[in-house]
Amino acid sequence: MQLDEPVLLPRLCRVAVCGGTHGNELSGVYLVREMLKTETRREDGEPASVLMVLSNPRAMQQCRRYVDTDLNRCFTHATLNGPVSDGTPYEIMRSRELNAMLGPKGSRAAVDLVCDLHNTTANMGLCFIAYSDSDWICLHIFRYLQKQMPDTPMRFIHFDVSNKESYSLDSIGKHGFAMEIGPQPHGCVKSDIYTAMKEGVQHMLDWAGYFNSGCLFEGGLVDVFTMVKNVDYPRDGETRNIMATIHPRLQDRDFCLLHPGDPLFQTFSGETLTYNGNEPLYPFFINECAYYEKGIALSLARKKCVTIPSIRAQTEEEEEQASEQSFASEEEE
Amino acid sequence: MSSGGNNNTKAAARVDAARRVAIFGGTHGNEMSGVTLVNLWVQNGAEIQRKGVEIKPFIANPKAVEKCVRYVDTDLNRAFTQENLSATGDDELPYEVQRAQEINRMFGPKGSAGAYDVIFDLHNTTSNMGCTLILESSKDAFNLQMMNYIKKAFAPASCLVLLNEHPLLKYSTSRSVAKHPVGLEVGPQPQGVLRSNIFEAMRVILKHALDFIELFNEGMEFPACTVEVFWVLERMDYPRDANGNIIAMVHPNLQDCDWEPLNPGDPMFQTFDGKSIHYQGSSTVYPTFINEAAYYEKQQAFVTTRRETLVASAVRKA
Repeated sequence: MQLDEPVLLPRLCRVAVCGGTHGNELSGVYLVREMLKTETRREDGEPASVLMVLSNPRAMQQCRRYVDTDLNRCFTHATLNGPVSDGTPYEIMRSRELNAMLGPKGSRAAVDLVCDLHNTTANMGLCFIAYSDSDWICLHIFRYLQKQMPDTPMRFIHFDVSNKESYSLDSIGKHGFAMEIGPQPHGCVKSDIYTAMKEGVQHMLDWAGYFNSGCLFEGGLVDVFTMVKNVDYPRDGETRNIMATIHPRLQDRDFCLLHPGDPLFQTFSGETLTYNGNEPLYPFFINECAYYEKGIALSLARKKCVTIPSIRAQTEEEEEQASEQSFASEEEE
Repeated sequence: MSSGGNNNTKAAARVDAARRVAIFGGTHGNEMSGVTLVNLWVQNGAEIQRKGVEIKPFIANPKAVEKCVRYVDTDLNRAFTQENLSATGDDELPYEVQRAQEINRMFGPKGSAGAYDVIFDLHNTTSNMGCTLILESSKDAFNLQMMNYIKKAFAPASCLVLLNEHPLLKYSTSRSVAKHPVGLEVGPQPQGVLRSNIFEAMRVILKHALDFIELFNEGMEFPACTVEVFWVLERMDYPRDANGNIIAMVHPNLQDCDWEPLNPGDPMFQTFDGKSIHYQGSSTVYPTFINEAAYYEKQQAFVTTRRETLVASAVRKA
């Protein structure tokens, strides 16, 4: 294959947009509600169907992140297929319902693309969060959004987790990512954050339409932030209460390179604790409210530049040929 | 107040020394500055000690703090009504009503001579209110003098005073158990989050407040002064549809503009499909508590206020 030939990928026939996976992350809740009210159809090439889903209705109703357990950790194969009883937490029952609706995860019936909408209290701008740094669909969508929304700070975050271990809602689809936008307090909707999310989703759906209609998307370079580790707050040995806040010189400086020796925390008596890692890394999810209980004050990432190839959707003939070939090779095996 | 002497200045109003003071954190369990400060001071209260006064740090709603929620059954900061305080039923009462009765026993009874002199109630808000002191009476000279002292000590940083004396909008706060209730509201901070700048600001304001009490108790006279306040006028709800669902957000031009003038015709809300809704009032108002997350369920997008200058008479310890 020549280097400049585009990678051919199956069309995105079914796309799911999910809001309210965390019931108090309100931009996605209001956006999906709005989209459900005003389902509009556009011209040729649009996805055959766009599914709009409110993922965690009970948590939404109480305006809480979750009722029993964090829904966005309930999508591992083990959780989706394990035994259930009367005592099974609400969110696990719900994850199975969502898996039946949008999946099953890992099967041919799964939707082609899941976009799961989230908000964060951290000053992260608009982020894509994905398990792969080589899913060309997600990376191209990201690049397209960057071009369409040049005034919105945008980053692509990669969590290097295998498909077997992947745990979030977006892992149900053949392609998937979380669209995370902050800063927004939980339980609040800020108009600038809502508008950015609305535009992001619209551009994503536009892109899918163009892709499905056969447009060629030129390759290029994308900066990807790969998560390396989480850092917890210093805590009291007995009570586990936190003993320091994010240092004022770090607060709100998501994606500003953190060097060894830079301030990290400020104790309640005013002492500065520094970052003592041996390489400079990029902090994100700085002071995300929901992560206090998960033992995360901030996450740290390495940045790299990924080359993405040109891509184009397979035509129907190409899709048939491709599936015949894979059927043949399965038979050989 | 006092009657005049020979000259034009009136004699100072005599007010009892403040001998028993409480600092409440966690009236709302997810407002982290107050929770953190009170927990610190319960462990080591050196920072809040002052001569001649007993100062008690206190977690008002421990169950809500433990779960990091605003409240468990009902909002503690609305629970101190006479009806609730005299209700019978013990364990069957909502948790916060039981707690209100307990707080009333410990720090009240509300309205009686035996009640605590001052309660500082520490709060955070998602609104961009900066540092705000909240009063419930325009006639409490002691409190007004305290406000004046704090504002001057905190300057050039800003600390504004919100007065909620509105007969309908005023509510029964946990601090209302004391003779001189003072609310401290610092934002913006998301619920459940602790931000260092917000935490430090609250700490400094409280330091000035306690300094004032110490000076007052030592016999210092505070001359008559004026205090600018923002006086609560009305509550503005979000536009809603027939089913009660919110159909618009705080307009980007209003978001984060607490205390700035809102003129008739200015944009106020933005519908989800981008249309502006404008302020229809007849005069300029000063909005605050803009987009406070906890108020969505209380049908409040923001409150309007008017600016007024109050005169506080001179005060001195009785």
